[in-house]
Amino acid sequence: MSVDAKTVSKIARLARLEVAEERLAPLADELNGILHWIEELNEVDVEGVAPMASVEDVPTPTREDKVTDGNIRDDVLASAPRTEEGFFVMPKAVE
Amino acid sequence: MSTLNELTLAGALKGLASKDFSARELTQAHLDAIADADQLNAYLLTTTETALAMADASDARRAMGDVGALEGIPLGIKDLFCTNGTRTTAGSKILGDFTPHYESTVSANLWRDGAVMLGKLNMDEFAMGSSNENSAFGPVVNPWRANGETQQLVPGGSSGGSASAVAAQLCLGATATDTGGSIRQPASFTGTVGVKPTYGRCSRWGIVAFASSLDQAGPITRTVEDAAILLRSMSGHDPKDSTSLKADVPDFAAACTRSLKGMRIGVPKEYRVDGMPGEIEKLWADGMDWLRAEGCEIVDVSLPHTKYALPAYYIIAPAEASSNLARYDGMRYGVRVDGADLTETYEKTRGQGFGEEVRRRIMIGTYVLSAGFYDAYYIRAQKVRARIAEDFKKAFETCDALLTPTAPSAAFKIGARYNDPVQMYLNDIFTVTANLAGLPGISIPATLDNAGLPLGLQVIGKALDEETCFAVGGALERAAGFNAKPNKWW
Repeated sequence: MSVDAKTVSKIARLARLEVAEERLAPLADELNGILHWIEELNEVDVEGVAPMASVEDVPTPTREDKVTDGNIRDDVLASAPRTEEGFFVMPKAVE
Repeated sequence: MSTLNELTLAGALKGLASKDFSARELTQAHLDAIADADQLNAYLLTTTETALAMADASDARRAMGDVGALEGIPLGIKDLFCTNGTRTTAGSKILGDFTPHYESTVSANLWRDGAVMLGKLNMDEFAMGSSNENSAFGPVVNPWRANGETQQLVPGGSSGGSASAVAAQLCLGATATDTGGSIRQPASFTGTVGVKPTYGRCSRWGIVAFASSLDQAGPITRTVEDAAILLRSMSGHDPKDSTSLKADVPDFAAACTRSLKGMRIGVPKEYRVDGMPGEIEKLWADGMDWLRAEGCEIVDVSLPHTKYALPAYYIIAPAEASSNLARYDGMRYGVRVDGADLTETYEKTRGQGFGEEVRRRIMIGTYVLSAGFYDAYYIRAQKVRARIAEDFKKAFETCDALLTPTAPSAAFKIGARYNDPVQMYLNDIFTVTANLAGLPGISIPATLDNAGLPLGLQVIGKALDEETCFAVGGALERAAGFNAKPNKWW
């Protein structure tokens, strides 16, 4: 499989990455170089193999459902690029 | 007192205990060495005042008889670990002057044990790279140079700042992280010891995430014993990381001198790759001889899916990265670049804030996870990962640990491989399998090649059996007698 400039533009939109028009074609070439190499995986017989998401063979641990953290609003806001009266400030999200 | 930075970590602990010098003197010696090494670009930030205050506090504790396992030991911290009140960049511009209001569990464990923070170490942006040329703050320079040459070499990556600082004696040890080889490959390139423990041994809480199912913290030091001491403090269960293992932390240092008599060491035939330099082949054979002399039996093993490890990694790691790095949206932290609307603000923030390799990997990750390609790429890669883990399980039925080279070459020139991503990715050919299978691995400096550059040997152990890695690593270190140091040119 290979990607063209149009597909690269679509992936960039999905990833929310600005890519300049003139970079689309060269980026497609770079990605195709990597994708071509990755295609070696089609040689492997994976019939009946369960996909491995984690190397750990233990169930996800759970803890008591109680609050263990919080009341640190100012700490949380301290790193934000823009805040106002205890809130994050961001561009309008809903028209 | 100007040579205190030349001590080993274990030697410094002894010197502090016998009051030969204070933590403040030891720390000052390192701060002086750092101030004299700007050309290496290993530190992104030197925390001079914090370091001296921590050293004084350590001296005060010692005077009261309150002595931790790392009491008074000055360390460098890879800039992927969040440090409370100290800027943390992950080697990226997108985080701006991000200053965490919390401390990573691993670094907190070090301060709990009395260690002193010298500063934050340079790295490839978001730990993506094998040469440290992907840092937004410029490449780190390897203190090693080829015989008679002045050309600058890469220190490896992504923990290049950690490796360079340890090799140049700018700290007694450093924290690092390893997702596909980012501790072991730079250790090999700089003549240092690097350990990637079992997945889950060290908490990932407070470490900026790259690929969560593969990321693992570990130490870089100048000796095997030093790595063992540092890893013990870094390790341990942490309820804040659900993948952190509930396992006892052994005295790794005690394992370094353990007898190897009767141990079976596997040599995987698939690691004999085309084009491997003869010097690395020879070093590998020497390593087998050294272990035979210790009473080990060398056995041939097969890891048939080895050649598929890197392609699988370059699906799984970018997929996880594209998801993890979605959080850098310019709203809650870091730098924001304003656009006409919300989407354009996201796109400009991320397009301008991330470097080239990070953008490339986010694109690959987004593609392999996108509708129509998820099964063909991502799920297939996860199945191949299961095959690779199975290979190791079978190999460990006939041996106790594996011996391999750490990297397929010595350190290369800055710029030499920068424009060919796939060539760059091949650096991790011998290290990435241990990440996919979650196994511990250690790199030991074992020789200098004909150009006078260090080469490492790797020992891979069973899950949670770092002790065998330290035992075999300790024996290799003694047999190799590697004590070369880079000539100071900086």
